[in-house]
Amino acid sequence: MKLSTYIAKRTFYIIFSMVGLSILVFVLARVLPGDPARMAAGERAPQWVVEQLRTQLRLDKPIYEQYFYWLSNVFHGDLGYSVVTKRSVSIDILEYLPASMELIILAATFQIAGTLILGAIAGQFSFKWPDNVIRISAYVGISIPAFVLGIILQLVFSWWLGLFPTQGVLSPGLERPPLVTGMTTLDSLIAGKFDVFLNVLWHMILPATALCMGCMMQDARILRSGMVENKDKDYILMAKAQGIPERRIMFAHLFKPSIIPAVTVMGLDAAALLANAFLVEIVYYWPGFSRFGITVMLNKDLNAIVALVLVIGIIYAVANIVVDVAVAYLDPRIRLLEKGE
Amino acid sequence: MRIGGELGIRRISSRFDLKRKWHRFSRSPLSILGLVIAVGSIVLAVGAPYVAPYPKHAGLFTNLFEAFQPSSALHPFGTDEMGRDVLSRTIFGFQYSLTMAAVVLGLVVPPGVITGLIAGYYRGSWIDTAIMRIADVFIAVPPLVLALCIAAVLTPSLFNAMMAVSLMWWPWYTRLTYNTASSLRNEYFVQASEVIGASSFHIAFKEILPNCLGSILTKVTLDVGWVILLGSALSFVGLGAQPPTPDLGTMVAEGSKNLPQFWWISIFPAVAISIIILGFNLLGDGIRDMFVEEAK
Repeated sequence: MKLSTYIAKRTFYIIFSMVGLSILVFVLARVLPGDPARMAAGERAPQWVVEQLRTQLRLDKPIYEQYFYWLSNVFHGDLGYSVVTKRSVSIDILEYLPASMELIILAATFQIAGTLILGAIAGQFSFKWPDNVIRISAYVGISIPAFVLGIILQLVFSWWLGLFPTQGVLSPGLERPPLVTGMTTLDSLIAGKFDVFLNVLWHMILPATALCMGCMMQDARILRSGMVENKDKDYILMAKAQGIPERRIMFAHLFKPSIIPAVTVMGLDAAALLANAFLVEIVYYWPGFSRFGITVMLNKDLNAIVALVLVIGIIYAVANIVVDVAVAYLDPRIRLLEKGE
Repeated sequence: MRIGGELGIRRISSRFDLKRKWHRFSRSPLSILGLVIAVGSIVLAVGAPYVAPYPKHAGLFTNLFEAFQPSSALHPFGTDEMGRDVLSRTIFGFQYSLTMAAVVLGLVVPPGVITGLIAGYYRGSWIDTAIMRIADVFIAVPPLVLALCIAAVLTPSLFNAMMAVSLMWWPWYTRLTYNTASSLRNEYFVQASEVIGASSFHIAFKEILPNCLGSILTKVTLDVGWVILLGSALSFVGLGAQPPTPDLGTMVAEGSKNLPQFWWISIFPAVAISIIILGFNLLGDGIRDMFVEEAK
């Protein structure tokens, strides 16, 4: 299968899943008890306002009609009207998503770097003390929920030791650079304010660490067991017999095939990062989509909830495509299959 | 009819086999630690009214004279803003967490396994496609996000949080069972039963299912930890159990309002969540090793 065919197929698949998902959330939201029009209008609004809003939001129409109306709007790029923020959901998402994405991207960077370093050390010194230390800390790291780790890191490193800021994006006194991408890091670089950039990074280190820890430790273990397994393979023995230096064997022969399983799992990790960002952002008051998401969820803002699920689903799907392409690049066997050899 | 057994393909359980399994399991001290934590937390949960030093503090109890006390002999984990003993509430929290795991897995495993078995048995047919595509829809979004959304459209409560988690958890069992079942579909012992005219029901449940049990059991054990994690995350956000319920996630959320000065209110329940998850993770790994070595 060619790469373009593959991506086309996956895109079709994503659209299929997203339509299914939107039907699921849509139906659930309307079948369950509670009157969305009443909730949109507020507890004390008079009945005629509720009825007006019901007609306006087309909640008086049958559910399949509501759905097709909503779907046709989505294809025009309109995700509907949020009754909480009183504006289009698309605008809300564009406002809150970039902040989350920069946090998630930094966490993913930490995660990949940590996985490679810890996994390589554990694999190289397998069954010796560095391996044992990493294994024990991996168990602990995997078992601590991200929001718990977030609170513990905040308590120890911000409150007690004072090494990092406790919450927020920027220290008081610093001005946010003009909005271009919505990501404060990129915007500060575009504006040429390097001190602001460093300040944001400083604020991001603890949340990003809390976010990536579980996946990082899991992947490091997978990389380690891959290396231990490959060490006994004949081709490593042959490389040794040929007199290739130990260091070269480690990186060129042992490392590359061993990271494939760890990279494969990173597709699933994207789910953990996206979901945990919701919780870690609350701990650190990060102005990302969790602030928006939790507000709309607690207020049963249906359009916003459906839109949020779809956007997260799409990001997740794209991350999985990226991982699949990366695995195909790393694993020559998959490339050969593509060519049909 | 034990056709597979006669061909020596399927192992027949015996006392000797159990003994050997236990030997494999107990070889790793980490597995034993996991077992101890898991059993310990269950015992604490069941005996909470007897074990907890102040059982009354689990609910609406106020004693403002004793509020915000740090760790002491009377209150090893300190007291919270209402003067309630954090240790007692944490022990009761185990009850809620484990109940959640038991209810969710009880609701999720049977339908997940059965749909996976059916899809695997009818591999390649439209039944397979239909079941697996529906399962894919649920898997298309991170579990926590979907659970949050479902919990959001329901009224926030512990019961609804369980329903929300259950609704998005079954496809993982469908997938797991499907993978094993569809690979076993063309094994000789399955073909042999087919040839002698065994019913589809017999083949699916008596021939294929027993061979999936190892991986299902491993996943169930690991999932106890993940369901507890998900439940506490829902409570932490405010979409699960509501205060004054001594749910661990709710306690962490409530307690974190008093950081950093009164850190013990949130940190002890937070550590308790991590320890339960750790215990079931270690136990799950032990069980996996037990079955994986067998397969070799």
